[in-house]
Amino acid sequence: MSAPKNTSKKATDSEPVRNTEPRSQNLSEAAKQSQTPFDKDKILTTDTRIAKDLWFRRICVATASASVLILAFLLVSILTTGIPSLSWTLLTSSPEPDPVNAGLWPALMGTLWVCSLCALITLPLGIGTAILIEEFKPRNVIGRKIFHLIQLNITNLAGVPSVVYGILGLTAFVSMFSLFENNDGNMGPRVEIGAIHYDQFSNLASDPFLDTGNTDVRERFFLFPVASRNAAPVVPETGMLAYENRESGLVQVPIIAIDPFSQQPSNDSDILSRTIDQTSAPGRISKKNWYYFRIPFGRGVIAGALTLMLVILPVIIISTQEALRAVPGTLRAAALGLGSTPWQVVWNVTLPSAVPGIMTGSILAISRSIGETAPILIIAGIVYIRSAPQHLMDDYTVMPLQIYNWISRPQEEFHHIAAGGILVLLAILLTFNAVAVFIRHRMQSKLN
Amino acid sequence: MSATANTDAAMQQLEQQVQMLLSRERRNLNLVRFREKGIFLCLIGCGLFSLLITGSIIFVLVSETATFFQYPEVTLSNFFLSADWNPLLGNTKSFGVWALVSGTFLVTGIAMLFALPLGVITAVYLSEYAPRRVRNTLKPTLEILAGIPTVVYGFFALMTITPFLQWCYSGFSVYNTMSAGIAVGILCFPTVCSLAEDALQAVPNRLRDGALGLGGTRFDATVKVIIPAALSGIISASLLAIARAIGETMIVALAAGSRAQVTINPADEAQTMTGYMVQIAGGDVSNFGIEYYSMYAVAFTLFTITLSLTIVGNHIRRKYRETYE
Repeated sequence: MSAPKNTSKKATDSEPVRNTEPRSQNLSEAAKQSQTPFDKDKILTTDTRIAKDLWFRRICVATASASVLILAFLLVSILTTGIPSLSWTLLTSSPEPDPVNAGLWPALMGTLWVCSLCALITLPLGIGTAILIEEFKPRNVIGRKIFHLIQLNITNLAGVPSVVYGILGLTAFVSMFSLFENNDGNMGPRVEIGAIHYDQFSNLASDPFLDTGNTDVRERFFLFPVASRNAAPVVPETGMLAYENRESGLVQVPIIAIDPFSQQPSNDSDILSRTIDQTSAPGRISKKNWYYFRIPFGRGVIAGALTLMLVILPVIIISTQEALRAVPGTLRAAALGLGSTPWQVVWNVTLPSAVPGIMTGSILAISRSIGETAPILIIAGIVYIRSAPQHLMDDYTVMPLQIYNWISRPQEEFHHIAAGGILVLLAILLTFNAVAVFIRHRMQSKLN
Repeated sequence: MSATANTDAAMQQLEQQVQMLLSRERRNLNLVRFREKGIFLCLIGCGLFSLLITGSIIFVLVSETATFFQYPEVTLSNFFLSADWNPLLGNTKSFGVWALVSGTFLVTGIAMLFALPLGVITAVYLSEYAPRRVRNTLKPTLEILAGIPTVVYGFFALMTITPFLQWCYSGFSVYNTMSAGIAVGILCFPTVCSLAEDALQAVPNRLRDGALGLGGTRFDATVKVIIPAALSGIISASLLAIARAIGETMIVALAAGSRAQVTINPADEAQTMTGYMVQIAGGDVSNFGIEYYSMYAVAFTLFTITLSLTIVGNHIRRKYRETYE
């Protein structure tokens, strides 16, 4: 009933506005037509329009609920497989070949090492770049061109697939463009800091060619420090002090060196257990401090952290830029008017007001680095790591990589613990997201 | 009387403070300028670092791909014109990249078949129809979807979607492009949705009001006014989503299979470019063989495709932004 009225009103209303001759004629004809009370065509088209609107609204609601349903379906399917395998073992043990005892501990620690190192490197770099672009805009043409190029570059970097960053990391960080390959045939890295190398000897008890007849003597290992990885092997002498690895740490022990082919070893258990074959070849081992550093990096923690840095750097830059842009220009103008230098404005005014936004963006970026699998898989490969990383160059695995490893195995049991691992991973990421949302919420309420 | 004494005392205090401020040692201006310069140089270094990243990506890909093409087994015509990818087994190795590209496009196509219509419709709903309450619950849900690691989607594809597809139609093999495509589609859905919603929201309200004021229904306003006005934004959202789908790695590595072949059968397996890279990196292939360098050639192809999509997408979006600001 109201529909034809509406149409007629629309037509008559728009008549005086449109001044073009043919159009207004058309419109007035249409108006005359629609003023006849039973114009079926008009009623039908209006009805169809309203019906279309209704149907579209229904389709929209259906689609939107479908997306929620998919999320729910995904969560339920992972929860039902994963919850039974959640256990203390899963969190604290190493990824044993037997699925009952397998756990995530090395992967958890690997994620902690890699992602915190990555955050430490990326945050200053990313925030610095964003400050440069937003707060130090140049006035000359060349500077502007360069800034435009940097901005364009960052936008495009954000769209590069993470697997390509993995390829870059493999070449640039793991093998360092093969620039530091040792050509003199020696194994090991070119540059090494923070490692002490030892020559390791065992006592006569384990000598396969020598039967001392004394079964009381157990195997002991003695360590002699050497200057470098490639130093000449130590020749043990009687009376030298060697280190022995005990529960209390390294203990110095005087040793006795003999040549068993010319001298008869004594049969005393104590002496025998400290006796070393002078002619035997030692094994070269090294103890590394947590700050152990080498070039090239190899497949160590730092290569992973740097590769993840490449992935999340554009994300952090873009979110920081948005946070800086949200700071009102009046604050900057006031600080500049008081005589501050540009950096003083940034450090004392802009950055403090942008901190919540920067933190939100950074937390989300770091949570992305926690979930990132492909670049780590490219640089580290599928490796079997049984212990948490001990230093910056140690081999590592991360949680998503361990989960991928478990999923790609054929046995059903591994899929269950993979689901358990996914739950742990999702719990960590949800915590991160919740913190970010909380900070954003507080920021918004503060602004209001 | 006491009031004046108070004011006097206050005045004296103020005077003292001012004198303290004035007698404070001035900062050395040269030092300040020097520090300013130093910090600015550091920031410039940060900015140039991002250019360095792009430069080194291109350098690494070009130089290692050049190494790949120096092998006698590899020819340019074989790489660009053949669709037979057989680098690991057999006597005659063949490196026809089209086999991998077709697999990638098949998975991407299936993904976009799901993600684009659903994403755009949901974006229209969120932007034009949804009441505030629904919006406030849907948007965080989408953000959660966007934050889930891709390996989880891979698990979902392999453990849930594939069995479901096999239950529907028994022709699906364990690894198939359909389930990988659906999972990639779910992954891209939030991207399409939030970018398209941004584009719809950027349409000025006066257009919306005008269309509604002329007696149009919301559907009329959306289809005839708002979507055409936001079309470039929606297209750029789609291009960025396609770029993301092409570069997606873990889902296809887990669910799409590892046999490189040209097929349009979604029930069959097909290897993608990213899937091949994961296979090489995760396998026991030696670090300096022809297979290892083929990974760089594939990465170069992938990088070229995604970079051009990203550049075109961002270009369209920027152009469109200028019209309304």
